Amino acid sequence: MLMPIPDAAVISRRAEIAAALRGRLPCGTVIDRAAGLSAFESDGLTAYRQQPLIAVLPADRDEVSAVLAYCAAEGIKIVPRGAGTSLSGGALPLADGITLGLSRLNRILDIDLANRTVTVEPGVTNLAISAAVREHGFYYAPDPSSQIACTIGGNVAENAGGVHCLKYGLTTNNILGLEVALLGGERIRLGGKALDAPGLDLMGVIAGSEGLLGVVTEVTVRILRTPETARALLAGFARVEDAARCVADVIAAGIIPAGMEMMDRPAIHAAEAYVGAGYPLDAEALLIIEVDGPAAEVAAAALRIEDVARTCGATSLRTSRNEAERLAFWAGRKAAFPAVGRITPDYYCMDGTIPRGRLPEVLAGIRELSERFGLGVANVFHAGDGNLHPLILYDANAPGELERAEEFGSEILRLCVRVGGVLTGEHGVGVEKRDLMDEVFGPDDLAHQQRLKCAFDAGGLLNPGKVFPTLHRCAELGRLHVHAGKLPHPDIERF
Amino acid sequence: MALPRFAPDTLDGLRDAVAGALADGTRLAVEGRGSKRGLGRPVVADAVLDLSALSGITYYEPGELVMEAMAGTPLAEIEAELAAKNQHLAFEPGEVGHLWGAGGGSIGGVFACNLSGPRRPFAGAARDHLLGVAAVSGRGEAFSAGGRVVKNVTGYDMGKLLAGSFGTLSVMGRVTFKVLPRAESERTILLFGLEPGGAIAALAKAGFGPWDISGAAWLPADAAARSAVGYVAGAGASVAAIRLEGARGAVAERCAALRGALSIAPTEELHTHNSRKLWAEMRDGRLIAPGQGPLSSLWRLTLPSADAASVLSTIAERTGGEFSSDWQGGLAWLAIGGDGMDVAEAAAVLRAEAAIAGGHAVLWRATDDARSAISVFGDQGDAISALVRRIKSNFDPAGILNPGRMAPAADSAS
Ligand SMILES: Cc1cc2nc3c(=O)[nH]c(=O)nc-3n(C[C@H](O)[C@H](O)[C@H](O)COP(=O)(O)OP(=O)(O)OC[C@H]3O[C@@H](n4cnc5c(N)ncnc54)[C@H](O)[C@@H]3O)c2cc1C
Repeated sequence: MLMPIPDAAVISRRAEIAAALRGRLPCGTVIDRAAGLSAFESDGLTAYRQQPLIAVLPADRDEVSAVLAYCAAEGIKIVPRGAGTSLSGGALPLADGITLGLSRLNRILDIDLANRTVTVEPGVTNLAISAAVREHGFYYAPDPSSQIACTIGGNVAENAGGVHCLKYGLTTNNILGLEVALLGGERIRLGGKALDAPGLDLMGVIAGSEGLLGVVTEVTVRILRTPETARALLAGFARVEDAARCVADVIAAGIIPAGMEMMDRPAIHAAEAYVGAGYPLDAEALLIIEVDGPAAEVAAAALRIEDVARTCGATSLRTSRNEAERLAFWAGRKAAFPAVGRITPDYYCMDGTIPRGRLPEVLAGIRELSERFGLGVANVFHAGDGNLHPLILYDANAPGELERAEEFGSEILRLCVRVGGVLTGEHGVGVEKRDLMDEVFGPDDLAHQQRLKCAFDAGGLLNPGKVFPTLHRCAELGRLHVHAGKLPHPDIERF
Repeated sequence: MALPRFAPDTLDGLRDAVAGALADGTRLAVEGRGSKRGLGRPVVADAVLDLSALSGITYYEPGELVMEAMAGTPLAEIEAELAAKNQHLAFEPGEVGHLWGAGGGSIGGVFACNLSGPRRPFAGAARDHLLGVAAVSGRGEAFSAGGRVVKNVTGYDMGKLLAGSFGTLSVMGRVTFKVLPRAESERTILLFGLEPGGAIAALAKAGFGPWDISGAAWLPADAAARSAVGYVAGAGASVAAIRLEGARGAVAERCAALRGALSIAPTEELHTHNSRKLWAEMRDGRLIAPGQGPLSSLWRLTLPSADAASVLSTIAERTGGEFSSDWQGGLAWLAIGGDGMDVAEAAAVLRAEAAIAGGHAVLWRATDDARSAISVFGDQGDAISALVRRIKSNFDPAGILNPGRMAPAADSAS
C-alpha cells in the first residue's frame, strides 16, 4: 500500500516540533523516543507498520485543541487514534505526522437515566459505557467484538457495528450528540439530548468519517433498557444454501431478530475445538438466531423461527431454555476469531456486505477463490444484514503468502461489489480498501465526497492517505466549469 | 406570476436541468410534489425544478428490507406497495402538506426534510433509514453514494449530509432506503385527564418498563376533540396514548400488564384498527390547532424528554399557545393563535426556554413575511455556520439550489 511520500522537511524539524508541543502541553504528554513510539506503530491491521513522527497523549479537550491549533498553523499532519483496534489501518501512523492518542480522555461525564443518555470522553471503551449503566438495567447497544478494548471515539469514527446491529443499528444510529474539535482547534457541538436538531446533520457526517474531518472530543449516546428476555436458537444445516434461505425466511416472516449470525464448517470446527460449545460438527453451516424483548413476544418469535428453520431443512435445532444455555450458544461465536487464530499462523479478516439473497452464490464464489489462491478460509459473519467476515488463513512468514492473501481479499470484495454489495460493512476503508474505492465509486462520486472533506480540512492534514485513492487539491475540486462563463447573481444570498 | 417549470423524468434529464440552470444563472426552487413548500424560509427563485415526473419504485426486495424509488414518487404509493407486503417505513413519516393547504408529499421530500413520525424515538429518524442516493449537486454534476445494503461504511455517509438539507446542497433524484416488517397487531392504551406533567411522567414510566412501547403522546382536550376516533374525541379531557406493537396474543398480554402498572388514571384501550387511525392522525399533524389568520404561528420543538414538561408549561403560559406532545415529551407542537403572542416575540421566548433544556424550536408554519424576518431553524453559532457555508459553497457554488431556504439572508453573502 502506497502512502503519501513523507515530507522530509517536516521530519527534519522533529526535535523542534516536539519541543513546541512540550511547551504547550503538560509534562509526559509528548512521546518522541523510538521505544515509546513503537507502541503506536500499527493498529489491528498488523501487516502495516510505521512509526509516527511524534505521539501526543492529551488528557483533556483543551489539550486536544492546542495540538490541533499548533498543527494547523504549522501544516503538520495528524492521525487521530483511539485504542488502535481498527482492522482497516485507519490509525496507521505517518512518518511525517503526529499520532494524536485519545485514550487518556477516558472519563464518563454524565449518566442521565431519565433521558436515557450517557455522555463520555472519546477514550472511554465501548464496554465501559454498558458497564456504567448495567446496575440500572440499561446498556449501550452497538457491540463490536472488540468492545472490551475499542474506544467510543474510534467507534464513531468507524461507525462500528456488532452482532446486535441488525435490530439496534450501527454507532451512527445510537449517538445523540458529539463535540468535535476542528482542525484549527475550535470545537463545535452537534446534536445533544434532544432528537433531530435542525440544520445539516453534521453529526451523521462525522460518524464513519475515519478521523478525516475532525477529532471527536465528547460523545453522548442513547442507552437502552436491558430486554426483559433474550433467547437464542442454534440451527445446523447440511447445506449453506439452506441456512441462507432460513435467514431470508425469518425476515420474510416479519421477524427482526436481535442478531442472526452464520458460521461455516471450518469456523464451526475451529470454535468447537477451542471452547466446546456443543456445535454440530456434521453441519456445513450453523445459525445463531437471537430474539429479545418482552417475554411474550420472544416466546412467539422463537416458535415461528423454529418452524422456519425446520421448513428450511435444519438438521439440528436447539432453543436456549435459560441464560446459561444462551451464553453457551454464543461462546463459540464470540471466540471464533481467536479459535481460527489457533489453526493458522495468521488470518486476514474481510468485511464486505452483500444483499442477503446472494449469500449462497457469494459463499460458493469464496470457496472457488480459496482453491484458486491455495489459501483456506473460514466464514463467521452477520448473516442478518449480509455483512461477511471471511477469515483468510495464511502464514506471514511464508514468502508471498501475505500478498496472496491480500489479493484473495481484494477478489472477495470485488465479488461483493459485483453482486450489488459494498467494500465494507463496519470496519472502514482506511488504507486497506482505499485503492478499491474506484470499484464502487466513479470520479464524480469521489469528488463530491472530497468536497465535503475540503469544507473541514482544505489542507488535507487530518489522516491523509486513508479512504481516498487519490486526494485532489481542494482548489481544483472547487473549480466550476460554467459554459456561459459567468456565475449567476453574484450579489444575492446563497443559502 | 407563475415561475417557469422544469420537470425532468430521468436522472440524466435532472442533471441536464441543473447544469442548464447553472449555465444560465437560473435559481431553482426544488420541489418533489410541493407538499412542504411552506416549510423553511421562502425561496428566492427564477424557476421551479419539479421532480414529480421522476416517479416510480425502481427496486423492491422485501426479503432484503430495501426499497429504491425515484425522488418524486408519492409517499402514498410507497406506503401502499409496502403495506401489500406487510412492511412499512418504520420512522413513520407523515402527510403534513395539509398544514400549508397542499396535497400529498414525495419520498424525496420526506428525506430532504428528515421527516419522522411518532415511532421516531423507538425506531430512528428518516435519516437513519436512508441507505443510498443518486443526486445532482449545484455544480450540475451527478453523483451517487451509499448502496442497496443495510450495513455500509464505504466512504462518507453522504445520505446523512443530504437528509435534512432541504434541497440546498444537491437534488436527490433517487433514494434507496431501509424498510421493515410491520407488526401484525397493535394496541393503544389511553389515559384520560392527566396534566402534561403527570402525562409525560406516565409515558416515561411506560418507556422504562419491559413493555417495549412504540408510541407515547399527549393531547390536550381541545386536540383530542379533533380526532376521528370516538374514544379519543369523546373523552372530554386530555388524552395520553401509549402504543404497543407485535404478535397478536403477545400484544394483548403486554397491554394488560402495562395497564395494570399505570393505575393512575382512567384508561381505555384501542385495538389495531382504531389504534392505527389515531397514530396516523398524530403522524400527519391532523390534531394540531388550525391556523388562525396572518398572526398565527406553528412551532415544532424538540426537547430532552425528561425535561420537557416544565419547559412546555412555561412556554404555553407565556405564549398563550396550545401544545400537544409526542416522543415521550421529546417533541411538541405549539400552535399560537392570531390573538396570541406575536411571532418574533414567540421566537425569542421559545428559543430561550428550549435552549435552557438543550432543545430547539423550528418555526413550522407562518406567513412568508414572518419566515423571512425570523430565523426558521434557529441559530447554530459562528463556527458551525461557517462550516455549513463552506459545505454549501462546495456543493452549490453559484447558489442556485433553493436559495434562502435554510439560512437567513444576513449572514449568507458568499
Ligand atoms: C478482534 C477485533 C474484533 C473486531 N470486531 C469488530 C466488530 O465486531 N465490529 C466493528 O465494527 N469493528 C470491529 N473491529 C474493528 C475496530 O475495533 C473498530 O473499528 C473500532 O471502532 C475502532 O476503535 P478504536 O478505538 O480502536 O479506534 P482506532 O483503531 O484507534 O482508530 C480507528 C479510526 O478512528 C479514528 N479515530 C479514533 N479515535 C478518534 C477520535 N476521537 N476522533 C476522530 N477520529 C478518531 C482513527 O484515526 C482511525 O481512522 C474489531 C477489531 C478487532 C481487533
